[in-house]
Amino acid sequence: MAIFGTALLSICLLTGLLLGKLLGIVIGVDANVGGVGIAMLMLIVVAEKLHQSGHMPQPSRNGILFWSSIYIPIVVAMAASQNVRAAITGGPAAIIAGTLVVAISFALVPLISRLGSSDDIDASVSVQQSKTDGGEQ
Amino acid sequence: MMEIGASLESVLSKYSLVTAFSLIGIMVWVSYLISSRITKGRIHGSAIAILFGLLLAYAGGVITGGEKGIADIACLSGIGLMGGAMLRDLAIVATAFGVRLNEFTKTGLSGIVALLAGVLLSFIIGALVAYAFGYRDAVSMTTIGGGAATYIVGPVTGTALGASSEIIALSVAAGLVKSILVMIMTPFVAKSIGLDNPRSAMIFGGLMGTTSGVAGGLAATDERLVPYGAMAATFYTGLGCLLGPSVIFVVMKIIVG
Repeated sequence: MAIFGTALLSICLLTGLLLGKLLGIVIGVDANVGGVGIAMLMLIVVAEKLHQSGHMPQPSRNGILFWSSIYIPIVVAMAASQNVRAAITGGPAAIIAGTLVVAISFALVPLISRLGSSDDIDASVSVQQSKTDGGEQ
Repeated sequence: MMEIGASLESVLSKYSLVTAFSLIGIMVWVSYLISSRITKGRIHGSAIAILFGLLLAYAGGVITGGEKGIADIACLSGIGLMGGAMLRDLAIVATAFGVRLNEFTKTGLSGIVALLAGVLLSFIIGALVAYAFGYRDAVSMTTIGGGAATYIVGPVTGTALGASSEIIALSVAAGLVKSILVMIMTPFVAKSIGLDNPRSAMIFGGLMGTTSGVAGGLAATDERLVPYGAMAATFYTGLGCLLGPSVIFVVMKIIVG
């Protein structure tokens, strides 16, 4: 049933957020440290295990894939509920700081990519692979 | 006629999430149509949809004076729920489904390097801009630097250091500018910065750090890259909140006194 997949996804997210919050408390920070990232890793590991043991039939997978496929509309809704007015009316200091940091960060992407670029071939192969894997899911 | 209007509004408000699904669905449909017919596919449909979303958000902010864009209009409040942290994070985690673990571990080190570089860089640039605009005390410079990291790091840092509410508002605005620019600009610069594989996506996520910016920017560039960028970005705000009020503030204090 689809709800099994959705429940697994939800349990991973809640567990990740809880661990992220605890991690924040441990290092003394009032923020969730990597909760979503931990949840992603959990989902990958648990789903793989369930898949191997044959406990991940297509209906269960669909319960996760639906949320993955509705990602873009959710991001559009996220964009529509941003405080764009505050960003635009925040004054020149805010606009310049935000713009500069984005421009310089963009420029750094290829520089850091080049560090240890021996993995580059592997990396481009794996995106090819996930193209075929994830194509029509 | 008045009754039809009032009835419509009450239905739309009562079923606000369903209203959001309908409206966002239509927006995405129109955007993909514009993408294929007018731009001949040169601009990704989701990039256009996100841009529409931001325009709507601006309009909503101007009309209502609120902070949640178009979601501040009562019958459109479902858009706030649909695009809020809860469903956004659920969808982001779902995008990791089907990714192999070794693809993360293989690119993980680059992600960590990018995270540190991204957080430090943001604080430095933000602090320099703050200095240029006459905010020359360590507290203000660190807070605005935090805002240049993300719009959460700024206020968290500012509150911890006891910055004035004006400075905290400025830091939030800087973070919002960053997040919106990343959403809009990423698809246009993706090619020239080599953003086409998991490794560069993770580096991108680590450098940018703004979850909403990275989520939107990568969605508009190549959906397959989302889990890698999101994975790195999810550690950024925590790292910024950790380093900002501590190490970075101490260094800033030594430099500007």
